[in-house]
Amino acid sequence: MSQIFYSKDHEWVAVQADGLVTIGITDHAQSALGDIVFVELPEPGRSVAKGEACAVVESVKAASDVYAPLSGTVAEVNQSIVDEPAKVNAEAEADGWFFKLRLQDPASLAELMDRAGYDEFLGSLA
Amino acid sequence: MATTPLDALHRRLGARMVEFAGYEMPLQYQGIMAEHNACRTGAALFDVSHMGQAEIAEIQAFSRLVPGDIAGLKPGCQRYTLLLNEAGGILDDLMVANLGSHVQVVLNASRKAADVAHMRGHGVDVTTRFDRALLALQGPKAVEILPEAAMLKFMDASLVRIDGIDCIVTRSGYTGEDGFEIGCAGFDGEALAELLLARGATPAGLGARDSLRLEAGLCLYGNDIDEGTNPVAAGLGFALSKKRLEDGHFLGAAAVNRALAESTAEKLVGIRLEGRAPARTGAEIRLPGGGAVGRVTSGVFSPTLNAPIALGYVRADCAQTGTVLDLMVRDKPLAGTVSALPFVPHNYVR
Repeated sequence: MSQIFYSKDHEWVAVQADGLVTIGITDHAQSALGDIVFVELPEPGRSVAKGEACAVVESVKAASDVYAPLSGTVAEVNQSIVDEPAKVNAEAEADGWFFKLRLQDPASLAELMDRAGYDEFLGSLA
Repeated sequence: MATTPLDALHRRLGARMVEFAGYEMPLQYQGIMAEHNACRTGAALFDVSHMGQAEIAEIQAFSRLVPGDIAGLKPGCQRYTLLLNEAGGILDDLMVANLGSHVQVVLNASRKAADVAHMRGHGVDVTTRFDRALLALQGPKAVEILPEAAMLKFMDASLVRIDGIDCIVTRSGYTGEDGFEIGCAGFDGEALAELLLARGATPAGLGARDSLRLEAGLCLYGNDIDEGTNPVAAGLGFALSKKRLEDGHFLGAAAVNRALAESTAEKLVGIRLEGRAPARTGAEIRLPGGGAVGRVTSGVFSPTLNAPIALGYVRADCAQTGTVLDLMVRDKPLAGTVSALPFVPHNYVR
């Protein structure tokens, strides 16, 4: 099973065997956004810096940016959520992933939270 | 922050609450899309108690502040009208109902205090009933849920007793669907809402209310119209009485007549966008490959059309149905076409 980390911007980061990381938004984030109707993803090959806005999700009512949780280069994007944005609501932490990143520095994963840390962070928001 | 008489019910129903016009209001319960569709196909129940209900005893003074033929409004009838300033700008848009014994107005939440000050300043005797509850029951099945009001037609108003609760019911709303707006004493509000929910209405929040009214091509005060908007530019000519325009005895009459005679520099239009990305309030509108010709005032993803829609002001020469425009979203142009309003046909029972 792959290791999964979380950011304070409500993204999850799953470490793959090939060294890439898969990034999506958490179930908490999709629930807060509501019915997602549009997704815009970064171009593969684009370099993104930690905290940079690199994807957009639109619900019926509002637009939200998705931020790069870590610095790296976009290796792959999930076209299926562009074709079917509701998939992000249905499977946020699985098939509703956004993009894969080749990290600039794999050690930067230590800047993120583990599940227990993220759950504690969510609790602090309530 | 203020709450409505239905606050406890919203929380019991698990609503996501947001601030709106100084009130804690439900944004959604199960989700905007499901609530929107419930209203288009069944019946949805909205708490709109944040809107201001008030009574007006003397119609003549009030009539001098609006461009509609309110003095000619028959008992049992309701009309949409506007409070205008001297420059013809819209201070508020409101519903006026003649209930026989008195006239009732329903004011926008964000404007009610200013409206009352404005009316009193012009000698109108206003009695506020801001502690009352107001529910909107909307959708093709609304009449099945409220058979007590089935005798009303679109824009009729009447006192109706519903399960022992004295209500003021109008057959109107803000969704484009058939339906009712039901006012009652604040302390009866929760019981009335529970009754309508038990009869099968789906609770719906401000999110669905916004997407529904936009599909219906209805303006939102503060977004699409405000003190700087002339009703002619906003496409609200239907609220201007020919008789009143001729007599000119209302505040702003000269400015409105001038706008009618000379037309306005900008016009409010509906725009359908290609693709799936909505353009939101403030997005710049351009001619393809050209300069700015306007701005979006409301934008949403239409659940009924499964496509983004918007309202916005454009230069009058770009307001023709079919005109192709670019809407700037995240510095990129999204193609759109001026579209006749409403986006989704009205379904009123006349």
